[in-house]
Amino acid sequence: MLLLGVETSCDETTAAIVADGREGRSNVIGSQVERHRPYGGVVPEIAARAHLELLVPTIDRALIEAGAAYRDLDGVAVTAGPGLVGALLVGVAGAKGVALAHDRPLIGVNHLEGHVCAAQLEGAALPVPLVALVVSGGHTSVVHLDAGGVWHELGSTIDDAAGEAYDKVARFLGLAYPGGPEIDRLATDGDPTAIAFPRALAEEGYDFSLSGLKTAVVRELRRREAAGEPVSVADVAASFQEAVVDVQVAKTMAAAQACDVGDVLVVGGVAANSRLRAAMDRACQQHGRRLHVPSPALCTDNAAMIAAAGANRLAAGQASSLELDAQPGLSVDGLTVPLPGWEPAG
Amino acid sequence: MLLLGLETSTSPASVALADERGVVAGAHLGRAGAHGRFVAAAMAFCWHHAGVDASDLTGVAVSLGPGRFTGMRVGVATAQALAHSRAVPVVGLASLDLIAFCARYARRPICAVIDARRGELAWAFYQPGAGGSRRRSEFRLGPPERLAGEIEAEREEVLAVGDGAVAHRGLLAAAGGEVGDAAAEPSATALVSLARERFQREETQRPEDLTPIYLRRPDARIAWDGRGALFGGTGQGGAPGVAANPTRKGPL
Ligand SMILES: [Zn+2]
Repeated sequence: MLLLGVETSCDETTAAIVADGREGRSNVIGSQVERHRPYGGVVPEIAARAHLELLVPTIDRALIEAGAAYRDLDGVAVTAGPGLVGALLVGVAGAKGVALAHDRPLIGVNHLEGHVCAAQLEGAALPVPLVALVVSGGHTSVVHLDAGGVWHELGSTIDDAAGEAYDKVARFLGLAYPGGPEIDRLATDGDPTAIAFPRALAEEGYDFSLSGLKTAVVRELRRREAAGEPVSVADVAASFQEAVVDVQVAKTMAAAQACDVGDVLVVGGVAANSRLRAAMDRACQQHGRRLHVPSPALCTDNAAMIAAAGANRLAAGQASSLELDAQPGLSVDGLTVPLPGWEPAG
Repeated sequence: MLLLGLETSTSPASVALADERGVVAGAHLGRAGAHGRFVAAAMAFCWHHAGVDASDLTGVAVSLGPGRFTGMRVGVATAQALAHSRAVPVVGLASLDLIAFCARYARRPICAVIDARRGELAWAFYQPGAGGSRRRSEFRLGPPERLAGEIEAEREEVLAVGDGAVAHRGLLAAAGGEVGDAAAEPSATALVSLARERFQREETQRPEDLTPIYLRRPDARIAWDGRGALFGGTGQGGAPGVAANPTRKGPL
């Protein structure tokens, strides 16, 4: 079964061809990062225009790289939400065009569901039940996928997503956009204990709050400046990152404990963060859980993960109607995709 | 010849299927805000009732605006992907040309006007003549007063048509324009009629080369303020676009 995946929820125009929900034949990313760089963040109208410009060329390349033609497709999977509405609409409309052209099923997919299903593309079935930390420029969520294929969103950010907080702090520190990789790189030379930044909501449930941390960074830098104390940018980066990672690891592990799962996934663009990976690794080892982190190309926003999720849905008979709409606030909570071939645990 | 036309760049949306004799099936939505749900379903409706399918299409025509950006992108993305998948050519036409087409029997200058929102109008002037009206100005974007000034500067009485003209009837009439009937709106029927000749003359484009007519630079405002909420940041039940935390400080 060959699916085309299309994902345009934020600032990457992506298309992929995936066989049987497991095997990526191509995974093409038409990056817009240069267009947004001058603004230090994603500009929705620029993203929507760029998606329209890049959509067909990106799909075309995905087909060519996979050695496939439109008529070979068995369906088209597309991100229906969450995301930027103007950006989502372009992908959804394009996916409908392809689906209609060859009378193939259209499958709307939740973006977070896609991030988790990226793990399938490493060749194995999803290790259900699982708890996943989905961290990227657009989201920070803890998701539980139970043995029955029911998704539970245990918590998410109540203000800034992790990647967004990284971008803002990077901008304040005068670093390049996107900020995540820059802070990660600088932090390796810094002392993570140099400044004790707050760990917001660390003990309370599974929701995240990063806006206070961002403010604390600004306040601390201003205070030190006023006091004439020298400040190491590397120390700030390392201390900030440590505060972010601490909370993410604590909440993910608490969720794994509460849901009694043996498998933990870290997915999303920020999953490539070296400190997060190392800390999750250590925590999972301590608690006897297995950590799964898909390769970086499958962690950042990509369409192969959408096609993988689409394959699960299609197998469960869950195609969408042609009236599928972009849903910017779509939640993964309560979504049920029963999967044949999944071995219920225990 | 079987042409599909998509007009979604303004508040009504329409889809039409036409062969060399005329329109064989069509669908129309008279309200804004639901174009994304309407278009593909309307396409399927049209070819179902016309007894054809996508493999019979020989070309796709689409309105490129000016108009509402999201609706226009829905139409253009659908048209591009469909045409590329079927390897058929496309023709893109301006929404203002479609409005002027509605008034093609007028024996005087026509000004097609669309409400471009944010207090601005988009317009162009047309000269009627044999074989239909010809556009004789650039597409313009500006406040209603500027359009009134341009109409006033015309030597003949101008027939102003389109939702932008109807909305500013008093102002344009005072400038010496006559505002035509409210039914002059861009439609897929006008689109396929106008595009048919282009296909016959083979004045077509590759789908990926279609460029919307924006007339306005993108708003370079970063999505941070709404983004936490947009990406599910309010947790369950949060309304899209609503700030997740009202006490939150702005961007750094
Ligand atoms: Zn993402």
